[in-house]
Formats: sequence, C-alpha cells, structure tokens
Amino acid sequence: MNWISNYVRPKINSLFSRRETPDNLWTKCPECGTMLFHRELAENLRVCTSCDHHMQISPRERFKALFDGGIFTEIDVPEPVQDPLGFRDQKKYPDRLKAAQKATGEKEAMLVAEGEIGRTPVVVAAQDFSFMGGSMGMYVGNAVLAAARRAIDRKRPLILFSAAGGARMQEGILSLMQMPRTTVAVQMLKEAGLPYIVVLTHPTTGGVTASYAMLGDIQIAEPNALICFAGPRVIQQTIGEKLPEGFQRAEYLLDHGMLDRVTHRKNLRDELISITRMLLRETPPIKGDLAAPAQAPAEAGK
Amino acid sequence: MNNYLEFEKPLAEIEGKAEELRALARANEEMDVEKEAAALDRKAEALLRDLYANLSPWRKCQVARHPDRPHCKDYIDALFTEFTSLAGDRNFADDLAVMGGLARFDGTPVMVIGHEKGHNTRTRIERNFGMARPEGYRKAIRLMGLADRFGLPIISLVDTVGAYPGKGAEERGQSEAIARSTEKCLQVKVPLISIIIGEGGSGGAVAFATANRVAMLEHSVYTVISPEGCASILWKDAEKMREAAEALRLTAQDLERLGVADMVIPEPLGGAQRDREATIRAVGAAIGRMLKELQKKKPEQLLRERRQKYLDIGAAGLAA
Repeated sequence: MNWISNYVRPKINSLFSRRETPDNLWTKCPECGTMLFHRELAENLRVCTSCDHHMQISPRERFKALFDGGIFTEIDVPEPVQDPLGFRDQKKYPDRLKAAQKATGEKEAMLVAEGEIGRTPVVVAAQDFSFMGGSMGMYVGNAVLAAARRAIDRKRPLILFSAAGGARMQEGILSLMQMPRTTVAVQMLKEAGLPYIVVLTHPTTGGVTASYAMLGDIQIAEPNALICFAGPRVIQQTIGEKLPEGFQRAEYLLDHGMLDRVTHRKNLRDELISITRMLLRETPPIKGDLAAPAQAPAEAGK
Repeated sequence: MNNYLEFEKPLAEIEGKAEELRALARANEEMDVEKEAAALDRKAEALLRDLYANLSPWRKCQVARHPDRPHCKDYIDALFTEFTSLAGDRNFADDLAVMGGLARFDGTPVMVIGHEKGHNTRTRIERNFGMARPEGYRKAIRLMGLADRFGLPIISLVDTVGAYPGKGAEERGQSEAIARSTEKCLQVKVPLISIIIGEGGSGGAVAFATANRVAMLEHSVYTVISPEGCASILWKDAEKMREAAEALRLTAQDLERLGVADMVIPEPLGGAQRDREATIRAVGAAIGRMLKELQKKKPEQLLRERRQKYLDIGAAGLAA
C-alpha cells in the first residue's frame, strides 16, 4: 500500500479551500497495478476504474460523497485523557499521535457527522484507517458514544463505517474496555428503537469487529474487505492451517452467513437511503444526486 | 515436586538441596541433617519472599500462566456444590474450552461459566488450552440468558490466552460471538461477578469479564494483547516482551488503579501454584462477599450500574 496515496491534504489547506496539486498525481492500484489519475480516482470514490478494487477513503471524502449536496455538520467528540498509561515503545505514544494528526489533518481515528441522505436525517460515524490504523482507543469509544447519543437525541438512525486494525495497544486495557463501552452505546440506540447500520470497510479486524462493528441491525460490507477477529497471518503462524482462497473477505463472510450484503461503493448511498427509509417506515426515496438541503446546517463541512 | 519458572531457578537449587539432604537422612538413619535442611528452608523462604515482593509485569505473566495454578474446574469442584454441567450452543457443537452450568454457591443456586485450560496433555488438547471457539461464547450466551430468566447470579472465571485463532472459528463468526457475549453481559439483570484467575486475554476475556464486579488474583494479568504480540508489532521484535509487558500496564495492581478491576485477591507467598487450597479459599471468600453485596440490589439497578461502570472507565487514566 502506498503511504503517500493515503495522505489527506492538511486540514489548514482544506479550511481555505486552496487548490493544491497533490504530491502524487498518480496512484497505483495495489490489486491490478493500473496507474490511476488522482482526479479520476477521487471521482470514482477511490475505487479502481479497471479492477473495481476499493481503496481506503478518508471519512471526509466519504461524507462528501454520502450526504446530500456533500453538506454535513461535524459532531463534537469529548476529548479523553491523552496518553492515559504514559505508553512508550520505540516512540512515545503522544509523538505517534502527533505524527498521525500531521499526516491526516484529523484529530483522531473517527469522524462523526450529521446531515441528510436522500432527505433522511441521519448521524454517521466513520473510522479513519490512515490514522494509526483506525485503532480503537478511548477517543474512538467516545466518538461511538457521541454518535449514539446524538442519534438518540434527534431520533435518527446511526450509520457507522468501520475500518480498523483493532484496539489501540498504546492505551492498553483502556482500549480493550472500549469493547463493552461501545456495546453500551449500541444497546442505547436499540432500546431507543433506532436503526443501527454498519458498513464494514477494508480492513475491519480485532476488537472492533468483536464489538460495535458486528452488532448492527443490518451488516453491509464493501467488496473484498478483510473482516476478521484474528488476521490471516496470525492464524497461519499460530495454527499452521492452510487458508482457502478469499478467506475472511467480505464475499466469504457473506457465504458463511455473517453479513447481510456486500455492496459496491457506488451503490452504497442509494442502498443506505433505501434501507433507512424502510426501517423508519418512510415513503420511498427520491433517487439521484440531491442538492444540499434548503436549510443548510449552521456549520457546513467542506 | 514443584514446576519452577525460569526466574525461580535459584530457588529450585536451594529447595532441591534441602530435599536431597532429607532424602539422604531417610536412607541413612544415623545422619542428622534437619538443622542444615531447616537452614536451607529458611533461605529458600527468604528468597521466595524477595522474588515475589516485586514481580515485574513479565514475571507476573509467567506466574499467571503457571501450569500448576488452580484452573476453572478446580474452583468449581472446591467452591460449588451440585455442579450440573450444561453443554452446547444448540447450533454447532459443545466447546470444552468453556465450562459452565448450574451449581450452588454456599447454598445459593448460581450459574457458573469459565475458561478451562486443562491440566495435562490429554485434557489440554480436549480443552483447546482454554482458547474458546464461537461455540464456547454462544454456549455462555445461552447460559447467561438462562440465568437471567430464572434470576440466578452469574459467576465467571476467566483464564484464557485469547479466543482461538483458527479457520473454522473465523468462518463461524468468532467476532460476532464475542460481541454478542459481551452484549449479553450488558443485558442481564442478575448479579454478574467475574474473577480473573490467570490470564485475561483480550476480547476472549472481555466476553465473560464485563461484570458488576471484576476481581483479579494478585498475580493474574488482563491485557488487550499478549506482551509477545505487542512486542512483535510495536518493537518489531517478539523478544521485547519484557518491555511490552511493562508498557501495557497489565497487572492486577495497575488494573485496580485504572478502575478496571474492583478488587485484588491476595495469593499465597510464591503464587497460587504453591498453595492451591489457600488460593481457592481466598477466591471463595471474595465471591461470597461480592455476591452478598450485589444480591441486595434490584435487577434494574444491577443493569444500570454495570453499564455506567463501563461508560465511566478510563475517564482519569492512571492519574486516578
């Protein structure tokens, strides 16, 4: 995977909407090797135009494509204690955090927003794999809780896009405790009678899969996404079992009854609109690219 | 005959000598070695006290994994009466890595669930070394649901290196099973008590250890990832497990400070493996106290408090 290709323009640039030339105009598809021009790739929602490989997409890009007119309002996530354990491996944890913030222009590994999709108000949370592998620490836990609480306050469905290597080791047991913590968030939503839809994206593994990412009312995955508890390398190393073709990929999980659907990124928006509206017993959706809502939320996302 | 850990080698020498002397004396009646042997005993005890006074986190991991520690089955046999094992997930299989069933604790009917590692080659293989498959978690979910319907307190004994990383386990939805088991822990309206008796390994432990009260034995550990795994990822060197164990804050003492463990149950000098009966008694006493306290609470309150506990965890970090 090309690191440069995952760099998101620094926040400051996007704030001033300055048009800048990306460092790398061409991205090589990691699956088929085709060179893809950045604009073409962005227009295709970072799906390879030649082999349909779904590359990672930042939460902001995802939200722009998902919400009507690309308009959304970010929801504040309460800040947890930073570096609760004073963790240090070869680098200090705060330094790793700073490096990730600089590289992504984001504060942490999950972004929460509200807005409309097909005129249906929803709360959406998306995990950012480019931020320390999307790992779930206390901030991500807070983000899931903030998303659930906002959804309950406003009586809206919650749609969550997962992408993570697992729990954030640098927060030790406190990252593990986000498993029960986020599970409480999901329970609150369910008890409020609100739909919780999970879209699993590549890759979703470890403690994230074993908590909020597998507890959706509806479980959708993007094509070929790796979804697992223990990764294929771990299984091969510890057990020495030979793994079949496509093992732990979205289609394999679908075959084994672990998912409701596998959906191409370009069809996701329409499908999410359709599903949420049916679950909410609303009238059929108006298909197509809707303009921004007439009354735009106060703080519009870029 | 003790099984010695690597760091206990000097101790093995002294205790070995004392044993040798006594064996000699038994063979030769004229010899009087008791004085010397007693001196060695005293030396051994001083060394043991010294070794265990300040166990490093990595050494704690080794003690937590000690093969002679009492395991789930030992606690069930000693502390419960009328244990009636209940098997199967009603979907696929019965997973022997997880044992569970109805039993009485001090006369009170309860549901007891736990990971069992096995104690010799045959039982270890049978129990899959305490690494549960989805069926194990689904059996636990079923038993917790049963306990909830009939108002029986649930006691879980946690001792696993982690959920089983295998092909079949993944195909049958290991992550979903763990997620649902944790969810079940957060749904039942009966007292839920969890004891980490050895290793609390990641998600495989959380699935049973999401409880009203979590107690940890003095030398048990509870961690997001094994020190070896953490070392190979963050240090790119699995041999750095000592550093990783240090950094992860996985000891019972750290977990109590972080608010994850509610109490630490002291172990006999030299760890649970040196005096299994005393350890089992201490765990029994702790269960008794926690059960008595929780049985005063109303069902709704038990549920509300359990959820709130997990919402609040970590708010202050180690500074707490």
